[in-house]
Amino acid sequence: MPQMTIVQAINDALRTEMRRDPTVIVMGEDVGVNGGVFRATENLIKEFGPDRSIDTPLAESGIVGTAIGMALNGLKPVAEIQFDGFMPPAFDHIISHAARIRWRTRGRYYVPLVVRAPYSGGIRSPEHHAESPEAYYAHTPGLKVVIPSNPYDAKGLLLAAIRDPDPVIYLEPKRLYRAFRQEVPEGDYLVPLGKAHSAREGSDVTLIAWGAMMPAALSAAEKIASQDISVEVIDLRTLIPLDSETVLESVKKTGRLVILHEAPKTCGFGSELAALVNDRAFEHLKAPIVRVTGPDTTIPLARLEDYYLPDVGRCVLGIQRVLSY
Amino acid sequence: MPQMTLIQAINDALRTEMRRDPTVIVMGEDVGINGGVFRATENLYKEFGPDRSIDTPLAESGIVGCAIGMAVNGLKPVAEIQFDGFMPPAFDHIVSHAARLRWRSRGRFHLPLVIRVPYGGGIRALEHHSEAPEAYYVHTPGLKVVIPSSPYDAKGLLISAIRDPDPVIFFEPKRLYRAFRQEVPEGEYVIPLGKANIVQQGTDVTVISWGAMVRVCLQAMEQLGSVSVELLDLRTLAPLDIETVWNSVTKTGRAVIVQEAPRTCSLASELTALINERVLLQLQAPVARVTGYDTHMPYLSMEQYYLPDAGRVKKGIERVLGF
Amino acid sequence: MAKSLKTKPRKTATVTSLDIEMLQILNLDGTAQQDEARELGLTNDDIESLYRWMVTARIFDERALALQRQGRLGTYAPLSGQEACQAGSAYALRPEDWIFPSYREHLAQVMRGQRWLDILTYWGGSEEGNRVPEGVNNFTISIPIATQTLHAVGAAWAAKIKGETSCAIVYFGDGATSEGDFHEALNFAGVFQTPTVFFCQNNQYAISVPRTKQTASETIAQKAIAYGIEGVQVDGNDVFAVYKATKEALEKGRNGGGPTLIEAVTYRLSHHTTADDWTRYRPAEEVEMWKQRDPIKRLKLYLERQGLWNADDEAKLLEEAKSEIAQTVAQYENLPKRDVEDIFKYIYAEMPWNLREQLQELKEYLAEHGGDLPKE
Repeated sequence: MPQMTIVQAINDALRTEMRRDPTVIVMGEDVGVNGGVFRATENLIKEFGPDRSIDTPLAESGIVGTAIGMALNGLKPVAEIQFDGFMPPAFDHIISHAARIRWRTRGRYYVPLVVRAPYSGGIRSPEHHAESPEAYYAHTPGLKVVIPSNPYDAKGLLLAAIRDPDPVIYLEPKRLYRAFRQEVPEGDYLVPLGKAHSAREGSDVTLIAWGAMMPAALSAAEKIASQDISVEVIDLRTLIPLDSETVLESVKKTGRLVILHEAPKTCGFGSELAALVNDRAFEHLKAPIVRVTGPDTTIPLARLEDYYLPDVGRCVLGIQRVLSY
Repeated sequence: MPQMTLIQAINDALRTEMRRDPTVIVMGEDVGINGGVFRATENLYKEFGPDRSIDTPLAESGIVGCAIGMAVNGLKPVAEIQFDGFMPPAFDHIVSHAARLRWRSRGRFHLPLVIRVPYGGGIRALEHHSEAPEAYYVHTPGLKVVIPSSPYDAKGLLISAIRDPDPVIFFEPKRLYRAFRQEVPEGEYVIPLGKANIVQQGTDVTVISWGAMVRVCLQAMEQLGSVSVELLDLRTLAPLDIETVWNSVTKTGRAVIVQEAPRTCSLASELTALINERVLLQLQAPVARVTGYDTHMPYLSMEQYYLPDAGRVKKGIERVLGF
Repeated sequence: MAKSLKTKPRKTATVTSLDIEMLQILNLDGTAQQDEARELGLTNDDIESLYRWMVTARIFDERALALQRQGRLGTYAPLSGQEACQAGSAYALRPEDWIFPSYREHLAQVMRGQRWLDILTYWGGSEEGNRVPEGVNNFTISIPIATQTLHAVGAAWAAKIKGETSCAIVYFGDGATSEGDFHEALNFAGVFQTPTVFFCQNNQYAISVPRTKQTASETIAQKAIAYGIEGVQVDGNDVFAVYKATKEALEKGRNGGGPTLIEAVTYRLSHHTTADDWTRYRPAEEVEMWKQRDPIKRLKLYLERQGLWNADDEAKLLEEAKSEIAQTVAQYENLPKRDVEDIFKYIYAEMPWNLREQLQELKEYLAEHGGDLPKE
């Protein structure tokens, strides 16, 4: 089985699906000739030509707006927004249209659209290139929100996202794009949306993370295992729809929950997980839930970035805190 | 003291502040000659002229983008976005620029900017005219988010918001615009941002709400009779007055949060998380969220099923009491 | 009334007939349209000064690229090729005017009172580079494309409302003309006749996408017409033409004549940023051709032809500029370590409880590890 990085797995997923389904197209800034600034769409223009691998003008609202129109008329666009920080110009089309069309037309129209965006920090990038905006989309009814953390999932989830009949915001942890390789099957396979992955079994504490926080979560679990503490690590993979069953089962077992995310804390997705556990597993909680997150600030540029991003040490502290209660 | 509706109080706040400070201007779609579609800016055009009561082209990104430039160059713009559902086109300017400017310029620039928006449902309006988008802005560092629930608060909070050196999203519960009158002092007074209002003291359960839902909570409390409810009106959603929330829940041991926005990843989620984090041991029941559903706001024929009403609030309170 | 409407004949109007002529004063060989050159009002010292700025910018640019390649600087957006655009336009401004740069306007920023050190500080990964000195009307650079066009309209509009005569110039590229904000900005500026100069550096590429795929318009200047404002096109590698066009636009704005869109036709000689590789999307011959039109070369030929410049002057300038930039780099590499409080400061005028708490938490964490992050 070939070894791939995440960005190769994404490229492979796009190629696989474009071969399988002639209505699938990729579009966005520099996705054609240049193969995407991260090379996620590399060589697609060679194989599928400029009608299916489309270099658009520089206009995010234009990209998502026209992708919605394409999706209404028989195509399955995979639109790339070049960086997380450039999603806001497309916000209106995402939340006022893409998210609502099935509902407001009573199912007459729907939007099989994937909006891909490189996501979150850790690569020393310029301003507006390291955002973690998942909470905006998770709060918006009608969208699905998917964030892979490894090459295998990246391919399987992207294939599932493209085949999903509803709009999917597919956020790619750019810090992991080339961080490691993994065996990725050739051809077609799916990782279903809405299913979390138990990345490590444990019994003392549940630790939930996604995207680029997963390596830190697993390292923290590993590190603290030496103190005879058994951490169950859940990789959410799909934030919406949330796999509440997996989350609740684990918390009911461990009685303790640590949530790890990079986005600012206030009204971040961690707040929803905490509220869910409050609603459904309150009596099982042995300690207050701990959120280890980015602070409520803008993510700083390179020189302070590492101080912003939750790391293994802060994650370990969070685990210790929830256990010391 | 004059009796005013909430919309009159807002109009009065704008006039008061525009008289006091010549750098304050209002701008937006139909805010000038027409006085605003809800009449929030009525007669300001007559008194202050077209340079300070500006009818802009129909372009929300343009309105907020220009207002940012104006605020950088010495004005204090109060920009109106005509309806909550038309904020998304301005989202980029709000989150990528307004929210960040002080931080990214290390204090060299700041934005004394208010974005006023008629907010929420309950007036049987059209699509995209009944949204409750506060969570987006509360999640964005650098913004303040304010929402009054009465005429008195509306005037005092808006004057504070205009004088605040940082950008404030000022949501106006449009359903309360003309719902009732209240004594509102003439001239200037301020209600500080970041301070919740304890609408009613109580000992059995804390109910936390904001905007039009505060009235719904009061109705529910009437129906509940003997239950001693402590009702908190947050008034400012960012920064949160968390002390008041924690103190109250520590006392009552029970909390119900009432909002009209969709539930998932909302301010109600954040409050639930914060209460759990800090006062779990005092909690005698899980925090209850009484909220809009995770759907879009339905059109007028179904609106009343979406919005929390007194009955649903009452049920929420009974649920935490019966745990 | 209704009757008269009915009888009104149908009318078709020719809105405008449009010829966009590219303003050029300085020829490739350094000869000039002398009448026009004289009318600029630039003294020999002015012209020499422009040349010094442009050469220093080129040296800075090359040094910054090298630093990035050595891992001593973050992602960097080079400006080589666009020196005349920036020098010519910035030189036409008055101190009270505002500039709203995009992210490639290092030279314009520095000419207007920021330091080369600020540019390195910013691209070296510190927000401190955005701390524009008090009294300098440079807005912070804008990475989200075209958004700054609206900020510039607002600032110019505020000046107009306050009865001041300052103008605002906004820099953006050809790619930015595809964004909605560009069109909203032109429209607002036209409606309110704000003293805004829209300065488009059409450098032919938005990363990999060529100008021809960005818009079906023959020129970018012509886009002004639909908004009822004036559009002009200049040779962006001709510092005289840029200066002239900008000066006229500013004077017009100051005198209540409203906004102008200037399309400066130029070329990005280097990569979009250091994260980009231009060989993937454009032929080397094209780049070579534009190197022949290098704005610095052209001005140097002019100075030499006018007897204002010789090999000694050139050697001296290069030495001075290199030494200035070397000093800047040394300062940059000795910038003080940043305090983590910098992350939390300036989110608001006053720090709210959540930020104070989060800062405290971070400080405690660092303290537990001897004052810094643990090495993983």
